[in-house]
Amino acid sequence: MNPLFEYLLRLGDDRLVLGHRLSEWCGHGPALEEDIALANVALDLIGQASHFLRLAGTVEGRGRDEDALAYLRDAIDYRNVKLVELPNGDFGRTIVRSFLFDAWSALSLEKLVHSSHAELAGIAAKAHKEARYHVRHSGEWVIRLGDGTEESHRRTQNALDDLWPYIGELFASDEVDKAHANGIAPDPPSLEPAWREVVSDVISRATLTLPLDGYMHSGARQGRHTEHLGHLLAEMQILARSHPGAKW
Amino acid sequence: MAASTDQADGASGEGPLWEVFTQEKQGAPHEHAGSVHAPDAEMALQNARDVYARRGDIVSLWVVPSSAIIASSPGESGPFFDPADDKPYRHPQFYKTPRGVRVY
Repeated sequence: MNPLFEYLLRLGDDRLVLGHRLSEWCGHGPALEEDIALANVALDLIGQASHFLRLAGTVEGRGRDEDALAYLRDAIDYRNVKLVELPNGDFGRTIVRSFLFDAWSALSLEKLVHSSHAELAGIAAKAHKEARYHVRHSGEWVIRLGDGTEESHRRTQNALDDLWPYIGELFASDEVDKAHANGIAPDPPSLEPAWREVVSDVISRATLTLPLDGYMHSGARQGRHTEHLGHLLAEMQILARSHPGAKW
Repeated sequence: MAASTDQADGASGEGPLWEVFTQEKQGAPHEHAGSVHAPDAEMALQNARDVYARRGDIVSLWVVPSSAIIASSPGESGPFFDPADDKPYRHPQFYKTPRGVRVY
């Protein structure tokens, strides 16, 4: 196993899968403006994924480009966290999921900007700017939905409670992370205190209650996913797989 | 489309209307670009960013509640604007450029 290749897949797959989920909102947003906003974020994430996966392909050195990695891998070879593959649910759930991810993503990219791997640092610098906007967007929505109507508060709190068991994977560390102790990438647990600070600030301004830590899901970084990822990939990959080598 | 059925009833009500002004470079005037719906000023700014500044080339954005715009009324456009119509000397083109003067 090449730890840098594995790590780049994690970076790329998180963003590719969440980008695809957000793209499902295209044409279904609660308002025209928000429809465009979600599509913008989706495009940012897919753009980031494309950079990370291209670099992953180069690092792997077996001739796979970003399209081969995105369209020709099965679920078991995907390295994203479960949080991003869960179905969108209602708008509140989509926003809470994005906020939990965006806050984490902005913090990890901020560290990756200083990576000892120059190309990775370059991609992170561009992605970090985008992520800072993403967390502002999703965070402001969490505040408005939480501190909104009785119904929006209830839905947002339910989403937060349901999604909380999926945050563990964001901060879990394994041999892939330990291989990067030489300054390539931050150690995931080191991001947790700052993340909790950002999240609890927004949660309290949203008049929501921070869930207690209980059972935490694990395994997706090693390829053990929920059933939802397979369905997502079936839809995302069908064109590329039915027409190998097609250009569009 | 894998969108679940309960996506349609997300936030209800789009909020009041805001007019959006964009500036393309420092020192240039902010020009009216269009309008967005948003529940408050911060969201209006974000929506304006996503709708009018997503293709770049914008350095500054203003959003103004549409209700704060005082407009001339179309019904009075006659008395309001017509008196200027018969005063062509108010246009610089009215004056013939004397021969020998370089026209820029």
